[in-house]
Amino acid sequence: MRLTDEEKSILDGKQGEAARIALSVLVDLGEVFGAESLMPVSQVHIDATLYMVDAGLQFVEKLANLGAKTAVPTSLNPSAIDLVRWKELGVSPEIFPKHHRLAAAYIKMQAIPTWTCAPYQQGIIPRFGEQIAWGESNAIAFANSVIGARTNRYADLMDICAAIIGKVPKFGLHLSRNRKAKMLIELKGFTGSMFENDAIYPLLGYLVGEIASDQVAAVLGMPPSVTFDNLKGFFAGAASSGAVGLCHLVGITPEAQSLEMCFQGSQPENVLQITPEMIADSEHRLQTVQSEGIDWITTGCPHYSPAEFMRLAELINGEKVHSSVAFWAFTSRTVYAWIKENGILKQLADAGITVFTDGCPLQYPRESWNFSAAMTDSAKFANYCYSQTGLPSAFGSLADCVDTAVSGKIRRRESPWNKK
Amino acid sequence: MEQKIKGRCVVPGIAAGEVLVTSQPISFWGEVDPATGLINDPQHELFRQSVAGKVLVFPFGKGSSTGSLIMLELARVGKAPAAIVNVRTEPILATGPIVCKHFYGKEIPIISLVEKSFQMLETGQYVTVNATEKVIIIHH
Repeated sequence: MRLTDEEKSILDGKQGEAARIALSVLVDLGEVFGAESLMPVSQVHIDATLYMVDAGLQFVEKLANLGAKTAVPTSLNPSAIDLVRWKELGVSPEIFPKHHRLAAAYIKMQAIPTWTCAPYQQGIIPRFGEQIAWGESNAIAFANSVIGARTNRYADLMDICAAIIGKVPKFGLHLSRNRKAKMLIELKGFTGSMFENDAIYPLLGYLVGEIASDQVAAVLGMPPSVTFDNLKGFFAGAASSGAVGLCHLVGITPEAQSLEMCFQGSQPENVLQITPEMIADSEHRLQTVQSEGIDWITTGCPHYSPAEFMRLAELINGEKVHSSVAFWAFTSRTVYAWIKENGILKQLADAGITVFTDGCPLQYPRESWNFSAAMTDSAKFANYCYSQTGLPSAFGSLADCVDTAVSGKIRRRESPWNKK
Repeated sequence: MEQKIKGRCVVPGIAAGEVLVTSQPISFWGEVDPATGLINDPQHELFRQSVAGKVLVFPFGKGSSTGSLIMLELARVGKAPAAIVNVRTEPILATGPIVCKHFYGKEIPIISLVEKSFQMLETGQYVTVNATEKVIIIHH
């Protein structure tokens, strides 16, 4: 790899031990993937923000204690827990200090305490074509595919190294030639009413992730009416079932306004189709719950937006969550402050819905809560819930989740791909 | 008797150990217990087997970007694989051993092989992975 004199002096330790470690890691990664040089990034989003294992805490604390500072604006993914209301969440007092230490180490390095997995909805939002280094699978896929910013799928620990140096190796999705689609996925047989049901987007994403795996795909047939939140659910699903870093949605992705733009003038290597029957099948496959009873509804994976909270408040209007059910919604502190001020938070609280900030529902302290079955409007959550927490779950539209919360039993409204 | 397989160096280093092969991809996050090194996903064909000290042979990594963190923890507690052999190594998988080298001073070499060479490795063989010299030596 070709290094500048300044980069060489960092590797020689002339700018401190933290910078030496961080740059050594970045250079090694660049060597593995044949990068010719490093390139600047304008911002970083860090994934490794939730305390999980001691090695991660040691690494981040060491960098912070060596005096490292972030060189570019750096946002932070969720903590494992609500850092303010952790007691209410059932986090043990023995484990809390480790969460707190990890958070403190990042803040000491002057990262921005956004604590959210939807950094593209509030915080430091990149523009089309901007070179960035993001962690968090859903955010990476969203940044590349919806905003048209450019990032690789950066791993935990690599992200903080990029933040300290403000650079990454020049490879992968940072380069135009690697953003060319290889496969074409056509949506066949879908009607307008199907796209009006919010549940279709996470399910479509889940299918696209399974089909595309780690390849760049182009999807033809997404409606122009699709919302930012629909796309959030789509890419969270896609990046959970496949290693999706970039997926062109023809007409929506800024650099993919036509098929020719997606394939950069060449032909797709293969053409595949997604049909409404496959949507029904994916909904079925995401259900690991055997019984009818549900005692935990969780939404906000990724973190809920103000629009999603408005919709939740409309749906629950006048009803109450059943006494046997806990209904938790997760969001950022910013959105929480907004819905607190405009009264939506109170409406939700009155209906029996608890809103947590900072944290991740996949990291809930399960030893403190003996839930037996979950329901969610997130394909990502439904995909990971059983394998990560051992808790069976079901996927449904937000309306299905609300109906289920009120009755305590799985309720599904008729959907265009699931006629009653 | 020795047999040599040529590969491509992904992460340099030298290590020896018993081969553990799977044809399935591995996600270190969610499929490997960071405290014990045991594969804890009932749906994986290596379920209940340990990756600790093994030359772990699998086609490619998959899954969450947290995989690198789990690899670092496995190294910290002495339960990491001795070396990794892939057909294709993605950045998330490479990050764990790279950070490990600079943070704990421990080497977990990674070498990648073409499909035909990959098929020559079998569970139970004893091999030396010399990623620096781009070669795997099977000791018979």
